[in-house]
Amino acid sequence: MMELIGISPQVLLGQLLLGLINGSLYAVLSLGLAIIFGLLNIVNFTHGAQYMLGAVAAWAGLKFLGLNYWWALILSPVVVGAIGVLIEKTMLKRLAHVDHLYGLLLTFGLALIFEGSLVHWLGVSGQPYPVPPELRGGVNLGFMFLPWYRGWVVVASLTVCLLTWFLIERTKIGAYLRAGTENPALLKAFGVNVPLLVSLAYGYGVALAAFSGVLAAPIFQVSPLMGSNLIIVVFAVVVIGGMGSITGSIFTGLMMGVIEGLTKVFWPEASATVIFVIMAIVLLVRPAGLFGRA
Amino acid sequence: MPLDAVEAKTGADIDLQISDLHAWYGESHILHGINLELRRGEIVTLLGRNGAGRTTTLRAIMGLTGKRTGSIKIKGTETVGMPTHRIAHLGVGYCPEERGVYASLSVEENLLLPPVVKPGGMTLEELYEMFPNLAERRDSRGTQLSGGEQQMLAMARILRTGADLLLLDEITEGLAPVIVERLGQVLTFLRGRGYTVVLVEQNFHFAAPLADRHYVIEHGQVVETVLKEELKEKTELLNSYLSV
Ligand SMILES: Nc1ncnc2c1ncn2[C@@H]1O[C@H](COP(=O)(O)OP(=O)(O)OP(=O)(O)O)[C@@H](O)[C@H]1O
Ligand SMILES: [Mg+2]
Repeated sequence: MMELIGISPQVLLGQLLLGLINGSLYAVLSLGLAIIFGLLNIVNFTHGAQYMLGAVAAWAGLKFLGLNYWWALILSPVVVGAIGVLIEKTMLKRLAHVDHLYGLLLTFGLALIFEGSLVHWLGVSGQPYPVPPELRGGVNLGFMFLPWYRGWVVVASLTVCLLTWFLIERTKIGAYLRAGTENPALLKAFGVNVPLLVSLAYGYGVALAAFSGVLAAPIFQVSPLMGSNLIIVVFAVVVIGGMGSITGSIFTGLMMGVIEGLTKVFWPEASATVIFVIMAIVLLVRPAGLFGRA
Repeated sequence: MPLDAVEAKTGADIDLQISDLHAWYGESHILHGINLELRRGEIVTLLGRNGAGRTTTLRAIMGLTGKRTGSIKIKGTETVGMPTHRIAHLGVGYCPEERGVYASLSVEENLLLPPVVKPGGMTLEELYEMFPNLAERRDSRGTQLSGGEQQMLAMARILRTGADLLLLDEITEGLAPVIVERLGQVLTFLRGRGYTVVLVEQNFHFAAPLADRHYVIEHGQVVETVLKEELKEKTELLNSYLSV
């Protein structure tokens, strides 16, 4: 049947799987953005650069310190997240009481600074990052050859999403986070150190970005500009899912990856824009986003 | 005896002492020198017309307004200039006018949300015994509750923390008489346990038998203080302040 319209199931399933891999990266990234937006009311435009910093930290760690992939997977998010906390404490914090636009401008400016200084150091071309030896090779699924590493990316991303969901929806610290998103002033009045909570939430969101950067390093190579296009797509994902919605960002991230993959099969020329078309439609029909509270 | 020591001694059982408190929302100057004082175990009300500044007084105590000047001593500690999140830890529980029940938290999560600030708070079991409706609905979202249940929740939530200085803003507003009666019983119980309470109320019939003292607030100032014993003779006066 599919052969009739000129598309083999191999191609279709292959693209579906690739879409799932991209989607799982979108999910982790948009989840981080959603957490940050919820608590800080800032659209973190540095997110793409922080994803890139995660990858660059992994690359630099390997090259200069001999730290392998598994160390990078833990240390990069910690280091980049800590830089995030510092950014929040010294800069974003001051913008808490002014128009959101300033936060957007500041984070956008920071992204340009990070990217610009690294271009100065590394140039724009990509640096290869090796797939860790444990995850070399792959398995033939019949319809396609699945490199172990790509399977790992999906598993690791979804695990992190699930753990984060659990942390937010099922634990005490998550209750603080939800309450802080909804009514931070009252939470302060109850005696919770909300400024600290906000810093940590920003650090965690940034660490998620860095984590996906490390995951992406062996697939896309490491370059200072690797996050600058991605952030636009992920921003669209967050708008579609509903600003600040945790489950929304995870599901929408996966969904958009898959839709992008399918579009590559059926109408390749549209695959780069399909997410933005969906964003426009969602904004017109349901401005709060698919999972957002109106 | 040095002067400090004298002050410390006489101030020992004063839970809340506000002097010359001014507070602003942005540019608007709302409180114009509030003075009031509560001893341990006292219940007082803040009465006044709409917009008089009663809510603002409670919010200023919690550090939720804009700029504040003057002095707010909670159990002897100066709190003007203290960050909001540290004030609760002096043993203050705040129940806001809009109740502030969190929609994204279940009833039980709402109950467990405020950190314990002092030993001696009520346990979850005691609270469920006191407010059986909440026990039945412990897994519901906070905002699926009726108005009365939400008010119970907002009250119960601060009784768990061990706070013994309670700031309660219009807890009877818009509630059915049976629920108002229930809240009256709760307050009588709290009085028996020695809680100190500032009660902002419109419902004078509710507040009159509970309170030791009534402060009438107008244009951000205390314009009249009426003791419980003076209620009869000052009814006329109170009415003139409160009637529109
Ligand atoms: N966030 C705010 N920004 C600016 N002005 C405010 C704000 N909140 C209250 N006000 C003003 O402060 C004054 C006092 O308000 P407040 O809420 O303290 O009154 P209240 O005595 O509690 O009366 P009620 O609750 O019956 O309305 C009012 O004039 C009100 O308009
Ligand atoms: Mg009020």
